[in-house]
Amino acid sequence: MSHSILVVADHDNTQLNSATLSTLQAAAQIKALTGSPISLLIAGFNCSAVSEAGSKISEVDHIIYADNSVLNHHLAENIAALVLDLVPDKANAEQTFSHILAPATTTGKNILPRVAALLDCSQISEIIAVQSQDIFVRPIYAGNALAKVQSNDKVKVMSVRASAFEAVNITGGCATINTLQTVTDTAQVRFISEDNKVSDRIELSSASAIISGGRGMQNSENFAMLERVADKIGAAVGASRAAVDAGFVCNDMQVGQTGKIVAPDLYIAVGISGAIQHLAGMKDSKVIVAINKDEEAPIFGVADYGLVADLFEAVPQLEQQL
Amino acid sequence: MKVLVPVKRVIDANVKARVKADNSDVELNNVKMALNPFCEIAVEEAIRLKEQGIVEEIIVVSVGEQSCQEQLRTALALGADRAIHVQAAATTEPLAIAKILNILMTKEDCKLAILGKQSIDADNNQTGQMLAALANMPQATFASKITFNESATQVNVTREIDGGLQTIAMDLPCVITADLRLNEPRFASLPNIMKAKRKPLEKLTSEELGVDVTPRTTLLSVTPPAQREPGIIVNSVDELVSKLKFEAGVL
Ligand SMILES: Cc1cc2nc3c(=O)[nH]c(=O)nc-3n(C[C@H](O)[C@H](O)[C@H](O)COP(=O)(O)OP(=O)(O)OC[C@H]3O[C@@H](n4cnc5c(N)ncnc54)[C@H](O)[C@@H]3O)c2cc1C
Ligand SMILES: Nc1ncnc2c1ncn2[C@@H]1O[C@H](COP(=O)(O)O)[C@@H](O)[C@H]1O
Repeated sequence: MSHSILVVADHDNTQLNSATLSTLQAAAQIKALTGSPISLLIAGFNCSAVSEAGSKISEVDHIIYADNSVLNHHLAENIAALVLDLVPDKANAEQTFSHILAPATTTGKNILPRVAALLDCSQISEIIAVQSQDIFVRPIYAGNALAKVQSNDKVKVMSVRASAFEAVNITGGCATINTLQTVTDTAQVRFISEDNKVSDRIELSSASAIISGGRGMQNSENFAMLERVADKIGAAVGASRAAVDAGFVCNDMQVGQTGKIVAPDLYIAVGISGAIQHLAGMKDSKVIVAINKDEEAPIFGVADYGLVADLFEAVPQLEQQL
Repeated sequence: MKVLVPVKRVIDANVKARVKADNSDVELNNVKMALNPFCEIAVEEAIRLKEQGIVEEIIVVSVGEQSCQEQLRTALALGADRAIHVQAAATTEPLAIAKILNILMTKEDCKLAILGKQSIDADNNQTGQMLAALANMPQATFASKITFNESATQVNVTREIDGGLQTIAMDLPCVITADLRLNEPRFASLPNIMKAKRKPLEKLTSEELGVDVTPRTTLLSVTPPAQREPGIIVNSVDELVSKLKFEAGVL
């Protein structure tokens, strides 16, 4: 396999996540410019279903499949080592991969800089557009500026902001599957436990509608009001940092510069002031609604529809009318 | 044990960045600068580890222009013991910074490095991972809780991940990057600010450390993001619902 575009998949050993499908869209744009085939690396444990799904994606040419218990929790040390093993001549890594992409999920962000450093390449984080095979656009300063950067590295390594690329479909493909036998087990790090909120709520990063609560919600019980609205419109529930810090909800619900970046069709911000860092995570949503009792709140500056009201009156009314 | 805490000078988190008229970069003249918030959390954690007797010395390091000595003094005022300023362009890329930090970790015999997870200006989220890779050390990014075993040879770190929380165990030496909820940083007291002026601050250059900091990327332009169309204020929930249904078509 010479000179391909490598995408490092993020998955839960059962399914490819939507961020990976968006990353494949970015890879497909590069493929359209360079003609290089796309290889999708699926590393995990008992994850044959993921590899099969990957092979059905028409944009994907090859699957590189590594299934081993040491890869179960996608530890960065082991997966980075696996990627490096794919490169026979490290000094001329461009002969193997022209580009290496990963979704900017916590897993991708954990792994990719390790890969870049070991190849002596820089990384371009969270690209939102592909302009040529070596020019990319990425937001900086909490999205208040867009930087157009050209990579002079032999291999272009970049993470991809999922909200900026439409997910590819899992259809039409018949990629070859190349199974890897050898893996590295880094003894210096061990998985202990994972506290995964198994919830039947819709996942934030792939939701088409989101209703988020902030400090104005006052406590965690009040978030049930948002959940009821969410259930009616098929939305996910998010939060501001202040609501997470105060313990109203879990960390995985934080939207913002340093939480999850989302761009649903509808984003409803309830009792959220609209700090720079929160806006960074949601201002590319198609339609933004703000419910806040303070008419001066900066959130109204980005809202398509603003309602100046006490949320404890407005949200139950909203629930009723939906 | 000695801990290395790399810190970055960045735009103050409360200031909204503005793009220069010539689209060459963001305007940083006459803009309030500060210690990157995640670095503040990293410094605080190091101080707490020192208070617990796990860490003996805290070395803060910043790679940048002369002005980043201000942020090093801030870190010293918070409780770091000494500082190293590595003179280089403020735009030095994470890969080069990680190479510098790797050399300093060996030189200073640090068993631990605590970094911020992300600089709030460049939003890279790379340096800690790159340092760990170059140093061939394990990493725990996005840390919200750090617990050492009694002999301080091993550390358990809880990480904030997309799906919730994950806990991993690492042998030392290792690299940790701090997330928002790791701790709440203290404020520097006036006497400590005065004392910090007399704490040692060593000056080095990237050349002295033998690191090639030539950038691997070229910044072609910086532009403001597309502005949203101004919205409207609705007067009732009724009106809101009907607008969402019939005007926006999202319900
Ligand atoms: C390094 C760093 C990273 C950060 N990352 C993030 C991030 O990723 N995401 C994020 O969200 N924040 C982030 N922040 C925090 C951010 O700066 C703000 O502090 C935070 O977003 C504020 O949350 P909030 O709007 O819920 O709270 P507040 O700013 O306190 O606003 C609460 C709002 O609720 C309204 N309100 C109160 N009661 C009612 C009521 N009864 N009815 C209607 N309205 C009501 C108030 O008018 C107010 O506008 C970060 C900060 C830093 C420094
Ligand atoms: N110029 C710098 N000097 C020292 N440390 C830095 C520098 N840039 C980044 N770091 C460290 O790396 C962390 C992550 O930054 P970044 O990878 O740029 O998002 C920061 O929180 C710092 O701890």
